[in-house]
Amino acid sequence: MSAEWYVVLSSLLFAVGAMGILVRRSPVVVLLCLELMLNAGNLALVAFSRMVGNQQGQVFAIVVMVIAACEVVIGLGLIVAIFRRRLPLDVDRLRELRG
Amino acid sequence: MEAILFFLAAIGALGGAVGVIALRNPFYGVLGLIVHLFSLAVLFLLLTAAFVAAAQVVVYAGAVMVLYVFVVAYVGGAEESAWESIPGQRFLAPLLGLALFVELAIAVLSSSLLALGTDGPHVRAGFGDPAAIGYLLLEKFLLPFEASSILLLLAAVGAIVLAGRQRAGVR
Repeated sequence: MSAEWYVVLSSLLFAVGAMGILVRRSPVVVLLCLELMLNAGNLALVAFSRMVGNQQGQVFAIVVMVIAACEVVIGLGLIVAIFRRRLPLDVDRLRELRG
Repeated sequence: MEAILFFLAAIGALGGAVGVIALRNPFYGVLGLIVHLFSLAVLFLLLTAAFVAAAQVVVYAGAVMVLYVFVVAYVGGAEESAWESIPGQRFLAPLLGLALFVELAIAVLSSSLLALGTDGPHVRAGFGDPAAIGYLLLEKFLLPFEASSILLLLAAVGAIVLAGRQRAGVR
């Protein structure tokens, strides 16, 4: 399989993730969709790394994985904190900081 | 053989992704993401990225998803309200997502990627195995490696501050 198949698949997955962020309101599902987008980026990085024949793209993919893990930990911590304060778990209703 | 495996894994990845955004219960969404991650690991193996595939399965599907499952079980699968802050959001959002995909597809197809049309160079046997990646991480990318470890530590401390038990009287 040549690399453009992987890149097209990765852009499709990215678009699906972006659509999910626009459609869904539950913060947990929004975080899941963020994961989808980060993984689509990972797939493109690894595909390009294979195409060029250079392993540095895979190192970038691992760093992206670390960033995603940090984002998940902070995001889920925020969700638990929101839940404990009895605030609505809805990204459209949590708008106190909005100008 | 490789093409069959690619299409099977692509269908799995896409099906998992659509499951995440379409299923109403967040718990099933997490399960869809697990399917998606395993399919992506297969794709990484096809791209001779063995270490990334292993890290994907162990770190993501193993550790991060367990965290998700626990949080979903803790907060419960709340129903999403029908209230919309932007009128017509339900119809506008898929259109915008489709527009994003068309845009990305145009960007890919109009680049010189198609002209290359390559399976990539023939790589030696150890391409992407843990030894090679570890060598790169500790030699060439030592600074990003240390920076990401500090970031992980900060995230762990932040999660404890955010979700830890609150002391009495402190909001």
